[in-house]
Amino acid sequence: MNWTWFHKLGSPKWFYEISGRWLPWISISAAVLMLVGGVLGLAYAPPDYQQGNSFRIIYIHVPAALLAQSTYISLAVAGIVGLVWKMKIADIALQQAAPIGAWMTVIALFTGAVWGKPTWGAWWVWDARLTAMLILLFLYFGIIALGHAITNRDSAAKACAILAIVGVVNIPIIKYSVDWWNTLHQPATFTLTEKPAMPVEMWLPLLIMTIGFYCFFAAVLLMRMRTEVLRRESRTRWAQAEVARQIGRKA
Amino acid sequence: MNFNSFSEFLAMGNHGVYVWSAYGVSCAILVLNVVLPLLARQRYFKNEARRLRREAQQ
Repeated sequence: MNWTWFHKLGSPKWFYEISGRWLPWISISAAVLMLVGGVLGLAYAPPDYQQGNSFRIIYIHVPAALLAQSTYISLAVAGIVGLVWKMKIADIALQQAAPIGAWMTVIALFTGAVWGKPTWGAWWVWDARLTAMLILLFLYFGIIALGHAITNRDSAAKACAILAIVGVVNIPIIKYSVDWWNTLHQPATFTLTEKPAMPVEMWLPLLIMTIGFYCFFAAVLLMRMRTEVLRRESRTRWAQAEVARQIGRKA
Repeated sequence: MNFNSFSEFLAMGNHGVYVWSAYGVSCAILVLNVVLPLLARQRYFKNEARRLRREAQQ
């Protein structure tokens, strides 16, 4: 297998160039998918026979919750890559993805609370799934705080990578909490292996929204990483040339 | 279209408050996630421009 792409990926300059080319397309896809998914979910999907229209919250709740967990897994993967291959870009990805993951967890918890009120009659219950999601939020806070607390960049990268890897144990707990314990939270509505039990007008917006949320994550992550790459590479000639070009364009 | 009128769409069958607050807050958070990094990028370039000007004067 040809591994050049992997080593290239470790080069901040190559990353900056390629991400600049991808970013517009990913951003447009995210905007279009989320808009289409939102309109279909809000206006065109039929109401749930038990929950009525409050179920429409699913179209942001589920994508945000999925993304919050995927983001955490990607932090752990970035942590492993950073520890094993000492790749600079991995630490940048970890640090920049953590706030996005935290925000997605906030969206999942908030929309869950707003959905819980009309459905369960309570904004919050200390249910296994909800509590595990709250722990995920605190793990994100821990990683963000740790990254800011340690001034030495290499030590900060190492500490955050280790916390990300250890914390990943929470992800299967979130996933299987609905099976292991008696929870108020319903079990997974969808599985990869079975046909969905709801009509296509109901699940298609969810699929579109989920892909849209992942594109959104990719776009915001690349945007954040590009600024951080420039900042960290400010001593190199290519980064100085890029900054000069950007300043010149604005002036 | 699942609703007969726009007011019905807004009402969401008595669940309007829940649905719209969930969508509104989430939308605001998503916008924040786009705007803050863009502002940070602009601020970085502004600071760099100031630094370069200062160095040029010396």
